[in-house]
Amino acid sequence: MTDRSRRLLLGTPLLAFAALPTAHAQSTELDAAIRAWAAGAVPKDGRVILEIAPLVENGNAVPITVRADSPMTVAEHVREIAVFNEKNPQRDVARFMLTPASGRAQVATRIRLATSQQLVALARFSDGSIGQHRVDVLVTLAACIEG
Amino acid sequence: MAARTLIHVPPNPKRGEVVEIRATLGHPMETGYRPDAEGRLLPRDIVTAFSCSFEGQPVFSAMLHPAIAANPYLAFHWRAERSGTLLLRWEGDRGFVHEERVTVKVA
Repeated sequence: MTDRSRRLLLGTPLLAFAALPTAHAQSTELDAAIRAWAAGAVPKDGRVILEIAPLVENGNAVPITVRADSPMTVAEHVREIAVFNEKNPQRDVARFMLTPASGRAQVATRIRLATSQQLVALARFSDGSIGQHRVDVLVTLAACIEG
Repeated sequence: MAARTLIHVPPNPKRGEVVEIRATLGHPMETGYRPDAEGRLLPRDIVTAFSCSFEGQPVFSAMLHPAIAANPYLAFHWRAERSGTLLLRWEGDRGFVHEERVTVKVA
């Protein structure tokens, strides 16, 4: 296969996805939520890891762990960790405020996922910079919105 | 309001040791998006805030949204520098407040 035909094959599903208006609108909402939280800083990939199973069987209680790369000293620490989602009724999942007394930049909780979607974890460091990690998850049994 | 909690803190950490604190609160975290049997939306009733402090000094806090699963579970860390009391506090809709204190003796 030539490089060119491979690129064409790779490009096709991306274009098809971008053409879906609903998916596009929701990612825009997600990006808007992240922009509002970032308050002017530009998140860069890396320095934070969102751990979640790539295939979720039960969306009602999904374990997640967020870990950031920081010594957690007074001079250099993580101030805040935020988690956003793409397709739940609200973009916000949780925000965690850390201090040097936290000792380690790592938090874990259990969340609800209404459907397969993208999750984003962001860490705001004491120097004002922001790291991010985006993860796509498949959900087979959604959190019961229907009751 | 009586609330059930499950809190794990290592009771005798070494001085300067970073320990994991795990806290679970028994709470439905009703999202406000679910209908009842008649199709009316059940009103939202969630825990919105959690905080942990040591002798008045903030250690960790969280703002929670309906996407947090029922019986909210949080695991975070604390650098144990001296003996004292940790205060864990949950706040939520309908005036919900619950506090737990854990005494830690640093070895």
